[in-house]
Amino acid sequence: MVGETLKFWLMIAWLLPLAGFVVEIFFGFYSKNPRHSKAAAWCAVGCIGIGFLCSANALRIWGNANDWCVLEVAEHSNAHADPAHSEETHDADKALADHDHSDADSAKGQTAYSGVIYTLGVFGSLEVTLDYYIDSLTLVMFTMVTLIATCIHLFAIGYMSDELTDEYVDHSAHTADGGHVHRPGRFYRFFAFMSLFCFAMLGLVLAGNIFQVFIFWELVGICSFLLIGFYTERKTASDAANKAFIMNRVGDFGFLIGLMVLWTFFGTFRFGDTVVDDQVVDQGLFSMVHRDNTGNLTREEFTGDVLITDTHGHVLTNEDGSNRQIPYYLMVVVGLGIFAGCVGKSAQFPLQTWLPDAMEGPTPVSALVHSATMVAAGVYLAGRFFPMFVQEVLLTIAYTGCITLFLAATIAMVATDIKKVLAYSTISQLGYMMLGIGVFGWAAGLFHLITHAFFKSLMFLCSGSVIYGCHHEQEMPKMGGLLWKMPITAFTMLVGVCAISGFWVPFGLEFSGYHSKDAIVASALAFNYANPAHFLLFLIPLLTAGITAFYMFRMWFYTFVGKPRDQHVHEHAHESPWVMTVPLVILAVFAWFCAYGGESGRLYLMLTGDEPAHVAAGVTAATAGGIVLPGHDAIHAVHGQAGTWALIAALSGALIAYVLYGTSVVNVEEMKRQLAGVHGFLANKWHFDELYDALFMKPAHKVAAFCAWFDGAVFDRILHSAAKATVIVSKWDRVFDENVVDGFVNLIASATQSVGTSLKVVQTGRLRQYVMFIVLGVVALFAVMFTTFPG
Amino acid sequence: MQPDLSSYLFIGAVLFVCGVICMATKRNAIGVLMGVELVLNGANVNFVAFSKYTALGLDGQVFSLFVIVLAAAEAAVALAIVLNFYNNHLTVDVDRGNKLKG
Repeated sequence: MVGETLKFWLMIAWLLPLAGFVVEIFFGFYSKNPRHSKAAAWCAVGCIGIGFLCSANALRIWGNANDWCVLEVAEHSNAHADPAHSEETHDADKALADHDHSDADSAKGQTAYSGVIYTLGVFGSLEVTLDYYIDSLTLVMFTMVTLIATCIHLFAIGYMSDELTDEYVDHSAHTADGGHVHRPGRFYRFFAFMSLFCFAMLGLVLAGNIFQVFIFWELVGICSFLLIGFYTERKTASDAANKAFIMNRVGDFGFLIGLMVLWTFFGTFRFGDTVVDDQVVDQGLFSMVHRDNTGNLTREEFTGDVLITDTHGHVLTNEDGSNRQIPYYLMVVVGLGIFAGCVGKSAQFPLQTWLPDAMEGPTPVSALVHSATMVAAGVYLAGRFFPMFVQEVLLTIAYTGCITLFLAATIAMVATDIKKVLAYSTISQLGYMMLGIGVFGWAAGLFHLITHAFFKSLMFLCSGSVIYGCHHEQEMPKMGGLLWKMPITAFTMLVGVCAISGFWVPFGLEFSGYHSKDAIVASALAFNYANPAHFLLFLIPLLTAGITAFYMFRMWFYTFVGKPRDQHVHEHAHESPWVMTVPLVILAVFAWFCAYGGESGRLYLMLTGDEPAHVAAGVTAATAGGIVLPGHDAIHAVHGQAGTWALIAALSGALIAYVLYGTSVVNVEEMKRQLAGVHGFLANKWHFDELYDALFMKPAHKVAAFCAWFDGAVFDRILHSAAKATVIVSKWDRVFDENVVDGFVNLIASATQSVGTSLKVVQTGRLRQYVMFIVLGVVALFAVMFTTFPG
Repeated sequence: MQPDLSSYLFIGAVLFVCGVICMATKRNAIGVLMGVELVLNGANVNFVAFSKYTALGLDGQVFSLFVIVLAAAEAAVALAIVLNFYNNHLTVDVDRGNKLKG
């Protein structure tokens, strides 16, 4: 029953933005004064705002239904001497498990609800359905997405107000004759796209099967495309939109391969079991693979294939009686395939280059789509699909995240566009989340997802406020000294900067990033202790924690303190109106306090409440020299140590930033000149764009040029000669037609006419003559008769 | 002398020939019609004669009755045509009615 109620509220939150989209896109266009009306914006804000209330209500219902037991149980198991205890009983006596379970487990009860919303189609044994899968992660994501989206929609009303005009002059787009592009404002269209995006994003989170995830995955992709290319007249914007879309397709190709393997071997796309009256009627993916008490997948002894089991861990059999199983390497393929999709969506190495270019979109889009929600969907899916990942896949995820976080952080150090700094920071933080998931810090990665969503959307909105106040100036070298020109923006942004740097404050008032980044670094450290060969997975994130603080404070000092570097910009700068500053304050509060309490706070415990079963105990290496994954205890043991290191790194990064950019002790320009080689390398983004240009674009252009030549020289020639031959045949055919066919027909006609002419003389019109003819005819007949039949 | 079949047929033939000559020579439409009646009645005489002298039985007589009825109908139609013809041409000379000449 709770499942139904939750489904009801979340469905409302999910479908309202879709209704909003329909209203905004159609009625926005047909309304009397569409270019000047703010109605579309308030419609969008209303839809997503009500969505937030529904989500929060669902969260409350879920908590009450489970007596907030997740929180208690999680605390309980922290105190537990042997966290693997319940796991062991589960394996040892499956048949009796229902009766003999330890009270910790039975107290927990059912916290994940899944079922079917709507059946799209049935093709043989393939059922394509819209399902729902609601657990604490879904609810937290729903509440986070709707809350942030509401703030951003509100902010966008102010930010996009330039578009409320019949003739918008786009100073960044030029016509062929060198003038600026003039076009009608697109205020309502912006909000329609935003609503569509919210619908798609919430659908992705609610999705109860991997295929449905894929559908909404593509839908958020298309929304991202539309919003990046919002200023479509700008060549850079339309190129960036194409780039984002195409690079995502590369990842989605892997996603599709993963889906195919899943369908072939498991025959279902569902995550959870469909339970009716305590009976499992439809088994989901997560219960089809079983883990033994070492945390490894149950495998066939000789072949090493992974066995497919029922809900209770009994191996399922095929029709011929053999065990159902999937080769181990295909489990790796599934994991890597799904992860490839996440790499594309979350802009991980090597597909990271699209996200900085995506900053061509309006700033609220960058805040919502390209920092807080859509790009985090990759991390969300990696977390959601976690039970199906094997060790090799997790290691790949960890290293991908590690490379990404370092790469992006170094580029962010030298970026001068305020939004580009934030974009690279986003990539870097997404790398942290992936690393967290890869090193078995499941809850740590998703914890960081939530906190990051708050402080990064906050900082993007602040940068939007700065850009708006400086009349669309984005280059930090032209800013400076804006602190008292726009105090609310500056101080809320400082909150965001401290949060992402992970600063510690006494009396439990730590910034959210302190808790979440610590959790990741602690997981990495525990992983490092368990697998000394992979020490880079700890050192690089630690170093990058320092770099993060450095580039973030660099950005803040660059923008808000020091002497104004461009008098014109400085003089005209102003604080933004209330619709823009109120969301900043709301988000700042959440960015600071959403992780209140840290690892014993509500948010973290909510997330750990529904974490995959084998995470708590950790995983022992399946083979000698294999990978050991640390459990909660191992991570907890090194938490203080990791936290201290991370805080020292962050503080030193911030200090260096202050010395370089906050004071005038060191001449930064001089430093830049001295280190021109390194600076150039970083400023050119490690030459990734050039590399991809040489590796993929140039060959693609070569192949295309060859195809064009081949088309012109060979296909066109064949077609032309065929056309010429047809003309010749037609000419001959015409001669034949005119002379032979027409001649024959004319001959018949003229013969008929001459016969008629010669016969008409008989028709004299004289009655008596006709009588004579009759008489003569009769006589002639008689004559013939008597001569032919005499007697 | 008892009349035999050939004497009836002879009379029929005479009537027929008279009718034909009448039709062929008369320019008066009424005259032509009378010729037609003669031809038909020549045929009637033949029917009746065959009815009496051969195995034809009553059939020949019934046929001749039909012919009489048809002749009456034909005469009515033909007279109507003649009247119309007269209305249009103020004459009943069939040689004047050569509009259908080819």
